[in-house]
Amino acid sequence: MNDRKIVVIGNGMVGHHFVETLVGLGTGDHITVIGEEPRPAYDRVHLSEVFCGREPAELALATRDTYREWGVQAVFGDPVTRIERAAKTVVTASGRRFDYHKLVMATGSYPFVPPVSGADHERCLVYRTIDDLGRIKAAAKDSRTGVVVGGGLLGLECANALRNLDLETHVVEFAPGLMGVQLDEGGSRMLRRKIEALGVRVHTSKNTREIVDGSGAALAMNFADEAVLDTDMIVFSAGIRPRDQLARESELAVGERGGIVIDYKCKTSDSDIFAIGECALFGGRIYGLVAPGYRMAEVVANQLAGEPAQFQGADMSTKLKLLGVDVGSIGDAHARIEGSISYVFSDERAEVYKRIVTSGDGKTLLGAVLVGDCEDYDTLLQYFLNGIELPAEPESLIVPAAGDKPLLGAAALPMSATVCSCHNVTKGGIVEALDSGCCSLGEVKAETRASTGCGGCAAMLKNLVEDELSARGVTVDKSICEHFPHTRQELYHLARVGELKTFDDMLAKHGRGRGCDICKPAVASIMASLWNEHVLEMPHVGLQDTNDTFLANMQKDGTYSVVPRIAGGEITPDKLIVLGEVAKKYGLYTKITGGQRIDLFGARQHELPDIWRELVAAGFETGHAYGKALRTVKSCVGSTWCRYGVQDSVGMAIYIENRYKGLRAPHKIKSAVSGCTRECAEAQSKDFGVIATENGWNLYVCGNGGMKPRHADLFATDLDDETLIRYIDRFLMFYIRTADRLQRTSVWMDNLEGGLDYLREVVIEDSLGICSELEQQMASVVGTYQCEWNTTINDPEKLKRFRQFVNADGGDPEVVFVQERGQNRPARPEEKIRLVARVASAAGAK
Amino acid sequence: MNVVEKLVWQGVCLRADLVANSGVCALVAGEQVAIFYLPETEQQVFALGNRDPVGRANVMSRGIVGDLQGQLVVASPLYKEHYNLLTGQCLEDARVCLPVYPVRMDGDQVQVQAGN
Ligand SMILES: Cc1cc2nc3c(=O)[nH]c(=O)nc-3n(C[C@H](O)[C@H](O)[C@H](O)COP(=O)(O)OP(=O)(O)OC[C@H]3O[C@@H](n4cnc5c(N)ncnc54)[C@H](O)[C@@H]3O)c2cc1C
Repeated sequence: MNDRKIVVIGNGMVGHHFVETLVGLGTGDHITVIGEEPRPAYDRVHLSEVFCGREPAELALATRDTYREWGVQAVFGDPVTRIERAAKTVVTASGRRFDYHKLVMATGSYPFVPPVSGADHERCLVYRTIDDLGRIKAAAKDSRTGVVVGGGLLGLECANALRNLDLETHVVEFAPGLMGVQLDEGGSRMLRRKIEALGVRVHTSKNTREIVDGSGAALAMNFADEAVLDTDMIVFSAGIRPRDQLARESELAVGERGGIVIDYKCKTSDSDIFAIGECALFGGRIYGLVAPGYRMAEVVANQLAGEPAQFQGADMSTKLKLLGVDVGSIGDAHARIEGSISYVFSDERAEVYKRIVTSGDGKTLLGAVLVGDCEDYDTLLQYFLNGIELPAEPESLIVPAAGDKPLLGAAALPMSATVCSCHNVTKGGIVEALDSGCCSLGEVKAETRASTGCGGCAAMLKNLVEDELSARGVTVDKSICEHFPHTRQELYHLARVGELKTFDDMLAKHGRGRGCDICKPAVASIMASLWNEHVLEMPHVGLQDTNDTFLANMQKDGTYSVVPRIAGGEITPDKLIVLGEVAKKYGLYTKITGGQRIDLFGARQHELPDIWRELVAAGFETGHAYGKALRTVKSCVGSTWCRYGVQDSVGMAIYIENRYKGLRAPHKIKSAVSGCTRECAEAQSKDFGVIATENGWNLYVCGNGGMKPRHADLFATDLDDETLIRYIDRFLMFYIRTADRLQRTSVWMDNLEGGLDYLREVVIEDSLGICSELEQQMASVVGTYQCEWNTTINDPEKLKRFRQFVNADGGDPEVVFVQERGQNRPARPEEKIRLVARVASAAGAK
Repeated sequence: MNVVEKLVWQGVCLRADLVANSGVCALVAGEQVAIFYLPETEQQVFALGNRDPVGRANVMSRGIVGDLQGQLVVASPLYKEHYNLLTGQCLEDARVCLPVYPVRMDGDQVQVQAGN
């Protein structure tokens, strides 16, 4: 250690990156980082993911332990309130003082709230920190409508968050268009059209005059044009302003419209003070993205380590998904550069807009706008950043189906091309990593950190690595794991042709070692698809994931959830009562699932057989919620009751669910049947969906909900019952035969050469001549169905597995519940300590 | 006074209670011990703490056993970390380790050594 003291004000993304970089350079300085927020730095860029279920803790970039290990003194929740430049000391709100030799300001920015009367109402919020997020969630609880003021990048992200919170969402923008900074008029219009189609209401050219108490809702916004908008909450996202207050008070130079002025060394007007990130003003400009901030952090860290380094501005091109819409903006999106020419492509049916801006001679790319389809972004960005000469007809880069697109392969990139702008990794850096011994994508990522930031370059990186590896004669390994040099598809084929019926046979013939938690369940699933034996037959026992072993879904506390089959979502009152009684008797938490069934949580391992004995006695069967298998076939009520229904969707759903129940597959399979085109069963979000028509059924395939929703594609129309089932038989068996492990139908089809058309040829036209075989195979699976739970409760050997302890009765004493909203839920760790301690002390007192 | 903990071999169950290439859980001196039975290995039985330190639940006996890069391992059924059956060491995180219990077969009886 030397005795140079470095103090960093602000522990945001950039402040943290600076500390990390400086520690990595091993200068041995005494580093102190002081943050205003109560927690260590976190990933602000992905803040919105918390609204989709990500835990705030998962966003952490560092923990207190990280800093301890690095020997960095870290202070949280105590902002710096004064810089004493003469004494070279900073003072915090609580009065603590820290001396510095070099000071780094990384105070970021704050959301701008326009000076409108009423904007200080408690239901008017902003969106920048984890704490803001909590406030938005809390306000949303008793709101029906929400307004975002500001139609820029952050505003639209925020609108998405409100939508995810189930609010009727409005966006109010002062300017005439959305995302005016990044998009030209055409792009902005297309974006608006797409967003409105999602149900978000967009109000442009609106100047908010005042916010007052509302009559129909909590608030009312009065606009300059006399219009009024009622809403229950407002989030301001009308731009950011640099946090330069401290700098002003310390008489450092600041810009006219804010921002701490820095030079190309990131020095402020005091040569011992640096400023980096969103608080800094470089060349008259604030860089409101994380990558430029990271570059500034590196520039300062390198200088402190005695290396020359300069900040040279940064490219502000961006690619993102806003409300599920792909948007990209590169360079001079508005074609402001004199003499530039533009090529525009607009498809209002597919809702895609693309524009490229080139130099007058058409040779250099100056800018681009992409809305609705960002596939070309990576290629265009490389042309732009590296000044690569454009093809003779530049429009070919954006016009679809204009023959083969001149693809800019990874090989064509110069070594200096930036691949990952978050971590500033060039193609050269990646090639170097491969030269020094990395031989897989994972290793390259770990070594260079490429694609570990925003992830926007993932596809490009994968291509580059695979390209480089095959150029080196390395075959890219697609083996399922170290025990089998095969893909799942190959293993399936080997098992079928070789009639292999156990994992041991498979391992002996085609593998090595003992297997692992990847290949064992995969092979077990293949065996089940092919031979359909009970998953708990002796040779298959040790192969299954715990869910399959215990025929239930393991939850975070080690208990299980139980989901009986309710085919088509139809259930008699008597059966409903049984579910209630069983749940009550065993203290199970009860919740309705999205698949129209009832999930019973908190069942202990040793109670599962008792629970199922009662359920089976009442006529229930297992719902296979634990398996990679057919889950549910959802239905709407159909022509039986509904005024609009044209076919009996419930009847068809029950038939389909009963036909395919228990079918094991590479991944779970979901289905639905709608009784008319109103599509109340949401069949187009399923692996296969059926929608009634006047003349029969339309079949849709390869959709899914979940993390990456995808609409199913229309596969065949107006089918009669028999043909419908025949096509589904073939489709499912073909999927089971050829998909990769854990590959859902949508990804499977995307990877089939020829895609949907090819699938039609195979399933409808029987182009491979395998359809009768596929049907036979399905018939044999359907014919050998057994309810796994029914078989289990009648077999004493199988029941032995459900004991919690081999040598004692009873259950796990550390499974503890508390009550919430009238039901059990698992106790949190801190509650558990209290509860278990109380039980223990009560037992000790006996 | 010096308290010396005495370790003794305790019979916990019979071979027939074990499941080949899989795990069971036993209660030994108040502690939950996961016992894995790999009949084709020399040692045959392996015993680790049943508590998953990452998922914080008593579930290790319900994991899948196998080998990775030559080490015998069990995978946590919750978040899939792998633990060495002989040393308890977590393969993914050097800071995490499961307790290991001495275990042996005495004829058909499975015996574990634990605090008394
Ligand atoms: C919802 C959202 C989405 C975003 N999406 C993207 C994106 O997709 N791509 C992209 O590139 N960028 C995105 N950004 C912008 C990105 O987060 C910022 O560019 C980045 O966080 C800037 O880092 P910073 O360290 O300069 O500021 P911050 O991360 O804001 O950190 C500044 C820290 O300093 C603290 N501080 C301020 N004053 C003091 C003081 N006096 N004493 C102590 N501490 C103080 C603040 O509390 C704060 O914690 C997004 C931002 C938000 C809010």
